[in-house]
Amino acid sequence: MKTNENNFEPHIIAFMCNWCSYTGADLAGVSRLKSPPNIRVIRVMCSGRVDPSFVLRAFQLGADGVLIAGCHPGDCHYQEGNFKALRRTVLLRKMLRQFGVEPERVRLEWISASEAERSRDVTTQFTEQIRQLGPLRLAVGPQPVAV
Amino acid sequence: MISLTIDGVTTQVQEGTSILQAAKLLDIKIPTLCYHPLLRPFGACRMCLVQLERKAGYELVTSCNTPAGDGMVVISNSQHVLDARRLVLELLLARWPNVPVLRKMAEEVGLTQVRFPSANRDEAEDACILCLRCVRICEEVVGACAIGYEDRGTQRRVVTPFNQESEACIACGACAHVCPTHHMKFEGEDYRGKPAEFLLGPNTAVYMPTAQGVPKVPSIDREACIHFKTGACLTCEAACEPGAINHEMQDEEIEVDVGQVLVATGYDVFDPTPMAQYGYGRLDNIYTGLELERMLNSTGPTGGRVLLKNGKPPRAVAIVHCIGSRDENYHRYCSRVCCMYALKFAHLIKERTEAEVYNFYIDIRAFGKGYEEFYSRVLDEGANVIRGKVAEVVQAGWSKREEGTLLVRCEDTLIGRFREIPVDMVVLCNAIEPRRDVAQVARLFGLSRSPDGFFLERHPKLDPVATTTDGLFVAGCAQGPKDIPDVVAQASAAAARMLATISKGVVEIDPVRAEINEDLCSGCRTCIPLCPYSAISYLEDKKVSQVNSTLCKGCGTCVAACPSSSITGYGFSDEQIDAELVGLLSL
Repeated sequence: MKTNENNFEPHIIAFMCNWCSYTGADLAGVSRLKSPPNIRVIRVMCSGRVDPSFVLRAFQLGADGVLIAGCHPGDCHYQEGNFKALRRTVLLRKMLRQFGVEPERVRLEWISASEAERSRDVTTQFTEQIRQLGPLRLAVGPQPVAV
Repeated sequence: MISLTIDGVTTQVQEGTSILQAAKLLDIKIPTLCYHPLLRPFGACRMCLVQLERKAGYELVTSCNTPAGDGMVVISNSQHVLDARRLVLELLLARWPNVPVLRKMAEEVGLTQVRFPSANRDEAEDACILCLRCVRICEEVVGACAIGYEDRGTQRRVVTPFNQESEACIACGACAHVCPTHHMKFEGEDYRGKPAEFLLGPNTAVYMPTAQGVPKVPSIDREACIHFKTGACLTCEAACEPGAINHEMQDEEIEVDVGQVLVATGYDVFDPTPMAQYGYGRLDNIYTGLELERMLNSTGPTGGRVLLKNGKPPRAVAIVHCIGSRDENYHRYCSRVCCMYALKFAHLIKERTEAEVYNFYIDIRAFGKGYEEFYSRVLDEGANVIRGKVAEVVQAGWSKREEGTLLVRCEDTLIGRFREIPVDMVVLCNAIEPRRDVAQVARLFGLSRSPDGFFLERHPKLDPVATTTDGLFVAGCAQGPKDIPDVVAQASAAAARMLATISKGVVEIDPVRAEINEDLCSGCRTCIPLCPYSAISYLEDKKVSQVNSTLCKGCGTCVAACPSSSITGYGFSDEQIDAELVGLLSL
């Protein structure tokens, strides 16, 4: 909910993999850990499912930051999907810089299924970071509609 | 071939065969003492005397080292032979009257009385009868030459060089094996004051880890085996009657095709040596739970008696709970089994010795069926339970009389005092830890682990035996510390789950999977190397790629990578995710 410049609440989309990071975030919820409400989670089976175009689409639709969370290297439920997410994210951030978007607005994190506290810490910290960076406002004019 | 006659039976033997060996082939029994099939014949004991017919009369010869000659006539049971045997035994028994093997032989020849006194009479049952089999086997078979004999006549003795500990001895036990009177005994090496059995590893080349192990089968340690070093020995093969030993066996790698795996790789125990305040490894008579368990076992190093290093029973024993468990510095979790086995130790020590027993605990976790009742019973038996942590164990004793006593310094929280309690023995209930190789096993199977290092179950309450991977199950202490009833229950549950899948006969495919639209696919094959399950193959005839839906696990990596968007990820398609994004960001 955007009110005015001084009270900016970031919109953050988090792509979380089903087996590790989503479960870790779920555990954080079950454990009643205070997480910021700015994070909106999209569950995918693996962080390797995340197409860089989803990130751009998220920014286009009004997101201020995108978090991609997957299993720790070596622990991917599908063996290596998180490595593919890593490669794509590195290239994506380079590309975003060329668009004039701060690469810090896209973050890749490894969160395991039992790391509830880490999930809370990452989401809290990322929200603060985006709050400092300010709103993105990538799309100017009428909002795009669904594909 | 040589032809000879023994006891009227003529037979053919190879040249070089001794009369004794020829008699064995004919099943004729000739008693021996110093003969051994692995050793060169020695002719020391004179028990194997037989009558050899000569042109003019007869001669008594030792059959063990007399080679068979063509045309020989041998009698093994004539009156002359029996008289000679009786006399030999009489002479042997004069010196060693109580040795069982001699007494048995005496019975067989009908010897009841020994007429001779002996200046070197030795009444021991396990006296050395100077057969020298030990010395000979050490030299001829083992090749170590660690023992020998010295002096002559009645002063002959089997000794080590200069009567000191023999450095050449490789502790193979061959001498003990061939000794007919058990004078030569094989005892495990002492290590840090504890018998070798505590080391739970091989200390001879052919060994059984414990006498009660299942299966009760020995194995050969390649590093220690003489045969692998010199090509000789093979004593074990010779000793094995069923012929069950084969040194040529090689490791076999067997590939088995399976659909499900149950990982039950168990646990390791915490090594308390870094906790210097408890003195483990530094002071005597400080043991871990497993070590005391071994001591209490009737097949253990003390035969089940509770003894200190000096052989005496302890006057007081301290049992310290939670070593490495419930500890910020080591493991925060509780190892679950230790309170009960600590109480078991208290009960057994009180049963087998007069010792005072002190249990130092944080909480008594007696959670199972009958456990709390057992705790009450142990309290009634007089165990002293002290609620408080032990700060340190020190060597005590103001005087020579108290040397060896340990002092346990602790806090007794229920009376609010510090205490110093003198004991003779300390038992540390050390934590159950994940196995050392748990990271590799997890990588191998794709298993997750919880923060404490044990394998992660699918759900702590509702699915404690399954993992997030279908067909992969976990049971026992690999999943977390637990005691035997719980391990059995968990393993049964996992086995039942696996059997259920097998008995179903079909495998259900997850609807979350990828499918390639043939019409849109350009055949670029970008997706194929990305798939971790090799589920995508290229169809040469159609020049497009295709997903094998039984192999596909639905991760979606190929969906994200496809340049022509011809792969649909069911459940997580591009359209579905786009709709989610629109929905989430329209607020």
